[in-house]
Amino acid sequence: MHENITDETPVVRMVAITKHFPGVLANDQVNLTLRKGEVLALLGENGAGKSTLMNMLVGLYRPDSGEIYINGKLADIRSPQDSMALGVGMIHQEFMLVGNMSVAENIILGMKDLPFVPPLSEIKKKITDLSKRYGLQVYPDKIIQDLSVGEQQRVEILKLLYRGAEILILDEPTAVLTPGEARDLNEIIKKMLSEGKSAIFITHKMDEVMEFSHTVQVLRRGKSVNVCPTNSIKRVQDLANMMVGRDILFSLDRGPYNPGKIMLEAKNLVIQSLQGNKNVLDHVSFAIRGGEILGVAGVAGNGQQQLTEALTGLMHVSSGQVLINGEDYTNKTPLQVIRSGVSHIPADRGRMGVVGDMSVGDNLSMKKYRTNELSNHSIIKRSWVRLFADKLIETFVIKTPSQDTSVKFLSGGNIQKTILAREIDSCGGILIAVYPSRGLDVGATEAVRQNIIKQRDKGNAVLLVSEELEELLMVADKIAVMFEGRIMDIVDVKDAKTEELGMLMAGVERRDI
Amino acid sequence: MRFALEKRDGKSRKMTILVPIFSLIISFLLGAIVLAISNANPIQTYGAMIKGAFGSPTKIQYTIAKSIPLLLCGLAVGIAFRLKFWNIGAEGQYVSGVIGITWVMQFWTFLPQWAYLPVGIVMGILFGAFWGGIPGVLKAQWGVDETLATLMMNYIAIGFAEYLYFNAWKAPRGNMGTVRYPEFAWLPKIWGKVHSGVYFALILVVVLWFVLYKTRWGFELNMIGKNQRAARCQGVSIKKNIILAMLLSGGIAGLAGAIDSAAVTHCLTKGVNSGYGFTGIIIAWMAGLNPFVSIFIAIIMAALETGGDALQITLKLPSAMGEVLQGLILIPLLAGSVFTEYKLIVLTKQKEEVL
Repeated sequence: MHENITDETPVVRMVAITKHFPGVLANDQVNLTLRKGEVLALLGENGAGKSTLMNMLVGLYRPDSGEIYINGKLADIRSPQDSMALGVGMIHQEFMLVGNMSVAENIILGMKDLPFVPPLSEIKKKITDLSKRYGLQVYPDKIIQDLSVGEQQRVEILKLLYRGAEILILDEPTAVLTPGEARDLNEIIKKMLSEGKSAIFITHKMDEVMEFSHTVQVLRRGKSVNVCPTNSIKRVQDLANMMVGRDILFSLDRGPYNPGKIMLEAKNLVIQSLQGNKNVLDHVSFAIRGGEILGVAGVAGNGQQQLTEALTGLMHVSSGQVLINGEDYTNKTPLQVIRSGVSHIPADRGRMGVVGDMSVGDNLSMKKYRTNELSNHSIIKRSWVRLFADKLIETFVIKTPSQDTSVKFLSGGNIQKTILAREIDSCGGILIAVYPSRGLDVGATEAVRQNIIKQRDKGNAVLLVSEELEELLMVADKIAVMFEGRIMDIVDVKDAKTEELGMLMAGVERRDI
Repeated sequence: MRFALEKRDGKSRKMTILVPIFSLIISFLLGAIVLAISNANPIQTYGAMIKGAFGSPTKIQYTIAKSIPLLLCGLAVGIAFRLKFWNIGAEGQYVSGVIGITWVMQFWTFLPQWAYLPVGIVMGILFGAFWGGIPGVLKAQWGVDETLATLMMNYIAIGFAEYLYFNAWKAPRGNMGTVRYPEFAWLPKIWGKVHSGVYFALILVVVLWFVLYKTRWGFELNMIGKNQRAARCQGVSIKKNIILAMLLSGGIAGLAGAIDSAAVTHCLTKGVNSGYGFTGIIIAWMAGLNPFVSIFIAIIMAALETGGDALQITLKLPSAMGEVLQGLILIPLLAGSVFTEYKLIVLTKQKEEVL
């Protein structure tokens, strides 16, 4: 890959970029250089200023001071249109697609030089050509909302290629992808590099940095703390340290494995798809004991979401049984399940975990408000809620201006800590955590994992759904691998082999391994 | 020079207060344009309206009396809006309330005299709650769109009321309207035109404020309104709360109808669909769903109506001018609400060059 990088004028040069937000110095005198044919990994914790820096490159924000040069020329970028005209395009974490329009319509949306009636057949042909060239499988007539997340991302990439982007900025591109889709993305990016395009990608994942990039630049609290060629990095640990500025515990404190009695049990759970033609959850059975963490591995979308929603009463099961401490909790209401002592860290923290427009304090008390601790009959004891919230903010080190701040103004990591604090505080024996560290930086991830292990050491039963095998191997006691709604196998972590788990995740039967 | 919107790092408290005040002022400016186009001197017209609404004790009494059903309808709508349940059927629920009380007044003659009024008011509440509960159940059970359901049910209620006062319940003499309620069952007046319904309204303001801001149920409604999925994950029953909130919302609109007919019209007749239910939407929204603020907004809205009536007499302008102003109030408010979360920054030429 390296031979493609040339020493000509850098395609992007950002010089001494500074950007303030109310109360925050988001970027402080940051320099960045991207050469032709290069992949630059921009690494940093949540809130380190990575997205802000990139948003200035595409004209969504304007720097308070500093200069941006594209292909050696001073550029005045005021809008994404300006940056696109210079060949710079960005794929955001949240896709900017219109759900009920077709792929082709989305790709041309917002293009200014199109005639009043766009020549759709020509456009579709161009899209098909491009998708063939880069191996991006996309059908121009499909409607966006029928596509998977991976396919939507391909549409976003096509959108940029269609407009002639030479420099691509990808904001955590693999966070939403399955491992298979991530591999495809790798191939696509390699293909683009070979044509002389360049890319910057924002990420949290160390292994991606090592695998993808030529150069890595680390931001910490708005400042650039290191730029170096990726192949000069000896240990991944070093990168992590640079990012947070202290040593990260890669092995977590955990007590001895000391399982108690069975607390959460699933027996032959089945959920039929809406069309009724297949089982999205297919005869799933397992048991979790107190003091035990059962990890659920699997590529996202293989029934994990349905499983956790069935256990928490959010989804009806077609057949089978859920037993909590030996009692039947099949198809009970979410409230009944909560009352039995189950806490739930949901998969989608913004949509399911918090109420963004309510304060941190209110969000922290959303489980306990109905108990005598925070309310007297049906009247909420406001002053007690305040004390309670302050205590949790302190214990779980939630960074917020005050408990009255709306949760939506917090960073992703602190939102997750808010959920974690609420669920762990109210946990009555069983914790169900779904992708709890997704999208979090190293520091927050560590806090989340350590807190989950603490629950286990206290004798609680934990179900941990994760996409990262590494996390499961580190945190769980047993790992159940899910594929197309089934549990392929449940293995003890101490006997688990990564390759074996990978094959189970890909749907290879046990007997064939 | 250019303008840009920049996101604030929190919701601005100052702006949540200033925006409604400024939008009120802007809407009066917009109204002035409308007046100028219709060849009326805006200052003179506003003067006449203020005089018409507050110019004498009698006029103040009229305005206050009118603000009572408006306030109640605003409170009713506000409860449903908290859940993002778009109840635009307060008008129909109001009419149902009037039908309820009229039924008791006209046909429950077995009641002792003292029981007419309380039983009638309770019946009005029940009728309103029933009429509001139907779209609530439809939404909770089958996801039927509440905007359409509540809107259309207005016309059913109004049509049914017409059938009653033109036909089934028509008083023997005359060609429309039911028999007048017996005088002993009227809601007593306390100051000229102002009747004791004002107590109901004010007590309800306090009670609702308490329920919405201080109780578990209010907390649950807030959660549902701001993020339904998250509320469900926390064990809050969405279906149950939608139905409960709509029963309460409809019940209060029904109470508004019962009180107004027991105190003012004393029968079910033409004009029962007074538009109070629709104006209630503006009141709830202007007040930011806050019961206490609703009091002031309701008085302003009432003043626009009584002031508008005065225009017809003094300036020979259509009384609908008041309604035009009522409608104009909402537009700048909706547009202005962006400033609670964003602030306007002015980029001067000089500053831009620095950037």
